[in-house]
Amino acid sequence: MATATTTIERAAPPESGPRALLYRLRHGDEVAHLVTLIFAALILLITSMMIYELWVASHATRTAFGFNFFWTSEWDPVFEHFGAAPFIYGTLVTSILSLAIALPLGLAAAIFLAELAPRKFSDTIAFLIDLLAAVPSVIYGLLGIFVVVPLMRSTIGPALKSSLGFLPIFKGPNYGLGFLTASIVLAIMIVPYIISVSREVLLTVPRDQREAALGLGATRWEATWKVVVPWARTGIMGSVFLALARALGETMAVTMVIGNTPRISSSLFSSGYTIAAAIANEFAEATGDMHRSALMELGLVLFLITFILNGMARLLIIATDRGGGRPS
Amino acid sequence: MSNLRMIWRKGLNGLMLTLTGVAALAVVSVLFAVLGYLIWNGGKSLDLAFFTQLPKGEGETGGGVANAIVGSLKLLSLAAVIGLPIGLLAGVYLAEFGGKTFSFVTRYTTDLLNGAPSIVIGLFAYSVAVIPVRHFSALAGGLALAVMVIPITVRSTEEFLRAIPNSLREGAMALGASKWKTIATVVIPAASGGIITGMLLALARVAGETAPLLFTALNNQYWSPGLSQPIASLPVVIYNYASGPYDDWHRQAWAAGLVLLSLVLLANIGCRLVINRRGVRSV
Repeated sequence: MATATTTIERAAPPESGPRALLYRLRHGDEVAHLVTLIFAALILLITSMMIYELWVASHATRTAFGFNFFWTSEWDPVFEHFGAAPFIYGTLVTSILSLAIALPLGLAAAIFLAELAPRKFSDTIAFLIDLLAAVPSVIYGLLGIFVVVPLMRSTIGPALKSSLGFLPIFKGPNYGLGFLTASIVLAIMIVPYIISVSREVLLTVPRDQREAALGLGATRWEATWKVVVPWARTGIMGSVFLALARALGETMAVTMVIGNTPRISSSLFSSGYTIAAAIANEFAEATGDMHRSALMELGLVLFLITFILNGMARLLIIATDRGGGRPS
Repeated sequence: MSNLRMIWRKGLNGLMLTLTGVAALAVVSVLFAVLGYLIWNGGKSLDLAFFTQLPKGEGETGGGVANAIVGSLKLLSLAAVIGLPIGLLAGVYLAEFGGKTFSFVTRYTTDLLNGAPSIVIGLFAYSVAVIPVRHFSALAGGLALAVMVIPITVRSTEEFLRAIPNSLREGAMALGASKWKTIATVVIPAASGGIITGMLLALARVAGETAPLLFTALNNQYWSPGLSQPIASLPVVIYNYASGPYDDWHRQAWAAGLVLLSLVLLANIGCRLVINRRGVRSV
């Protein structure tokens, strides 16, 4: 019965007016469209609200210090003087150093998985590496404190000192906590991202590229390094930006092993601080409005930087998906 | 001469290919090292009291983290209740209704939100859910986790809906069903396995998040009834105990780490196996 009426109505839907709206409402398509649209728009709203909230909440320090906030290094919550240079320095040092460790390792592993390993074996390893990416960062922090820090103090640190101790980056006392330890832990955390994205990108390189290179007499390595990797370089760059964004925003593991002293030191053994660690450590106990505003400003800076890096990463990965990063 | 060059090239080939294998092996062995350390140190620290008792006072030996286990479950349920419906419906929009430009913008923003540092999401939850009521609460923590759940759910839902062949939609519509009826009674049920798996993965991902909880849910020595009080959670307990000075705290941190890691990894393994078997690209 109900179906019969629907069929009749559908045969002659009212063209306009309230009856038309009623007709469409009854069918629900417009409603469903609208409701889901609202939820999709909610994502845009949340994201813009985040920027807005951070912007408003950091008003006090933005007006008080202006750009001096970024290059003065006195951080004194008691006298309400805030310069974020040590945090920015620590964030940059740890993320760049961790990338320097993770990129060669990750790219090499991705090459192995995409080019050499049999597909089934490669898929299994990739599965395990995805699991590594799923390990919560506080677990890495736990292992950092009880495994990497003692190792740094007893083995890695002394070894570096005796072999490369003449370099200024390896001078100074080594207590185990510091930039280098944080970078090592970070490198372990971002390497899965580099591997899984690079592997996918390498797998999309057309087979004939490899065959052509091998046919010209290149060795397997030469074909990979001079033909396949350059072909995939856009996507690999994407994975690097993605990893860098991760490293910049990573909080817990770094907080637990970097030592948390706002200090700019050329020694990698020195303890330091990062933006994310400062927020994690100080925010809950922040006393004054200025202090909270300063930490909010740090959060805003962090958000905008990762926003830009992630944006670039996505664009690069999208570009590779659409017909390859053919070197032109 | 050319012979020497050939030897060099062959040698380099062998060396570099071996190194790539070593790199892959090294990364995978990290996973086993992580597992090994947690099982070894955590396993010998687990006991019944760990699951059933409240934390003892500072410096005292014994006690457990029952409140943090319940707290984590509570925070996750909150995140699920707030985040999953939003993620699901937005995903339905992107897969079934979306126009071109708006969908692209939404998808892009979703990815950016997904990549936002979790500590910043904590700051956001603090300003919208802690400042107005002037105290830390379970609700604020749940909200922070929900914001992290949304983008993951959106993308996985969209992907699984897209994997449903169009013939199913056409079939339903040919029988006279309207579009929303087709989606609600044919497309979503067909993709439900994948969608639910994606949701579980999203929850598994936020289950281990610590940073957004530090100044939203804070921590609690005791049980936390209702939603408006600070609440303990496993990740925050691990962080506090691991950075604290007492040996017994360290012992419990390892035990809590083992419990958290097992839950997260088991959820991941289960979900990924389901996804792989369905032949859908994992997210």
